[in-house]
Amino acid sequence: MTRKIVIDPVTRVEGHGRVTIQLDDEGNVSQSRLHIVEFRGFERFVQGRPYWEAPVLVQRLCGICPVSHHLAAAKAMDVVVGAGTGDGLTPTAEKIRRLMHYGQIFQSHSLHFFHLASPDLLFGYDAAPETRNVIGVAMANRELATQAVLMRKYGQEVIAATAGKKIHGTGAIPGGVNKSLTPEERDALLLGGGGPLNADHMVEWSQGALAFFKDYYRQHREFIDGFSRFPSNHLSLVRRDGALDLYHGVLRAVDADGKRILDDVDPQDYLDHFREEVKPWSFMKFPYLKKLGPEKGWYRVGPLARLNTADFIPTPLAQAEFEAYKAATGGKPNDRCMHTHWARLIEVLHAAECMRDLLNDPDILGGDLTVKGARQAVGVGLLEAPRGTLFHHYRVGDDDLIRMANLIVSTTHNNEPMNRAVNHVARAMLTGVKDITEGMLNAVEVAIRAYDPCLSCATHAYGQMPLEVTLLDAAGAVVDRRRKSAGVRRT
Amino acid sequence: MSSDSSRVGLKPLLIYGYGNPGRQDDGVGVALAEELEAWARAEGISGLAFDSNYQLNAEDALAVAEARAVVFVDAARGGAEPFAFKRLEPRGEIGFSTHAMSPESVLALAGELYGARPPAWLLAIRGESWEPNEPPTAAALSHLAAAREFLREWLRQEPLGCPDSLPGQPM
Repeated sequence: MTRKIVIDPVTRVEGHGRVTIQLDDEGNVSQSRLHIVEFRGFERFVQGRPYWEAPVLVQRLCGICPVSHHLAAAKAMDVVVGAGTGDGLTPTAEKIRRLMHYGQIFQSHSLHFFHLASPDLLFGYDAAPETRNVIGVAMANRELATQAVLMRKYGQEVIAATAGKKIHGTGAIPGGVNKSLTPEERDALLLGGGGPLNADHMVEWSQGALAFFKDYYRQHREFIDGFSRFPSNHLSLVRRDGALDLYHGVLRAVDADGKRILDDVDPQDYLDHFREEVKPWSFMKFPYLKKLGPEKGWYRVGPLARLNTADFIPTPLAQAEFEAYKAATGGKPNDRCMHTHWARLIEVLHAAECMRDLLNDPDILGGDLTVKGARQAVGVGLLEAPRGTLFHHYRVGDDDLIRMANLIVSTTHNNEPMNRAVNHVARAMLTGVKDITEGMLNAVEVAIRAYDPCLSCATHAYGQMPLEVTLLDAAGAVVDRRRKSAGVRRT
Repeated sequence: MSSDSSRVGLKPLLIYGYGNPGRQDDGVGVALAEELEAWARAEGISGLAFDSNYQLNAEDALAVAEARAVVFVDAARGGAEPFAFKRLEPRGEIGFSTHAMSPESVLALAGELYGARPPAWLLAIRGESWEPNEPPTAAALSHLAAAREFLREWLRQEPLGCPDSLPGQPM
């Protein structure tokens, strides 16, 4: 009898996701899919609103990564107000925005590694679910968990200082920013007032996190190198000289051999190079590179992709780690899913170094905050969000109202890679197995979690987000079903 | 609760509202925390701390550890109208998403990392709609008003410096 196994939703991943695995009569995996349940219609929602509202409005999309949308929308509206396509802001405005962005990268990546990925690394995906979570990490390695909490808090403090507030920050506006830092705010972040929340500690703890991972890697090389490994293209922004740049750059894509498929593409021209495919079984689209077509043009985005497209990292400690990381694959593009965690931690260190450098830069106290020029009708803002390249594209009428919006979020870019990851692991773990254990199912989720997908968990009101696991036979009849709500101990 | 100087040095009672104000009724928790902060400031009431965010997360274990008691305020998709008020216990559970933690797991993390176990409550205000709009619905605003009056009265009854005997019965 053909069986279909459904993991719904994927644990420890934002928002709603449902994994369907179809086994044929021999117990082989015949098909697997990741179904994304995301909020729809946001592009239509912003239409008719004044363009200057966009950087605040778009934060409604997601409470997990609002700063990324805030900055991408602001970058798009910079073009609309004639402030240029990324290089035209005042030094103070660009540096405040960069500081905000690095704070976001730092806290998001820290959270992902310590609370989403490290339970699997510390305990293994076969461990009991009651242990395989952040509380288990706190019990097994208190120092690691305590530092993670403080790293998160530091990133949040950077965001609050630069965006103006924690919720619906208004710091980035079309043409620049509406505030710089006061000397007191700068000192609090740079020096920490004698406490542990200072820039030097963040660099030091980032190095500690990398040491933790590299130690783990040495002991579990076979798993880390072999788990969910498959070749792909990779896409990100890079600085014009090829450096890793998470805030601004040109588009570059490389294939599995490192050959450049796309290079030095202005973000304003992205539509010339990308298409989005719709598939009947998913609400989320499947972007691809136009010149390669839908079958071969899919690509990864995010930390693994960024360290494949960039030539170097322009901060010294992260650059040294980058060199060690590249040596692990002999300098070739890295297609190893679990190396995403390594790449993510190198970005944490890079973000920490960048924040320290910016906090030592007097421009962040400056008073020249905005520029304006000739009004434009269309603006595109691209950004390397924690999860990957984020596209915001708007058209604005003469009446200053938004006429069109197109958003391609990082997780959408990774839709095809995540599906392939599910398929890859499902075939390895579930083929020919008579008894499906929770650890096997969690292994599928481990592969998805490496991409740190954000599935638009914009609301989280108490009592929602049921987890449903449904086993269907070939005729679609329910064989078995498990339900779990947020906040209920898993049994 | 008062501005009595003998409260100086006591940890504050933390009122933490969370949710997305850009999603209609999901923002009532944040709204209540902000309203009560303004009220406490206007009345000269000390001994309270306020915080708000889109969702609870690991770093909030630190805020919990620095409080003598905690009231979490959130919107609810179901449950009692206009609100439910219940005592919480730390629970080392796995939530659906650890990018957004439950209040019980934040309490458990505070206990595990800092040895802090303050008494805690959840004020769950019933919401009706979650579209990407502002402000909340009329129904949710009515529930919010009832919750505000309840919590103000509850805070007025709080005994001085006796966190173990804080009043408040589950509804």
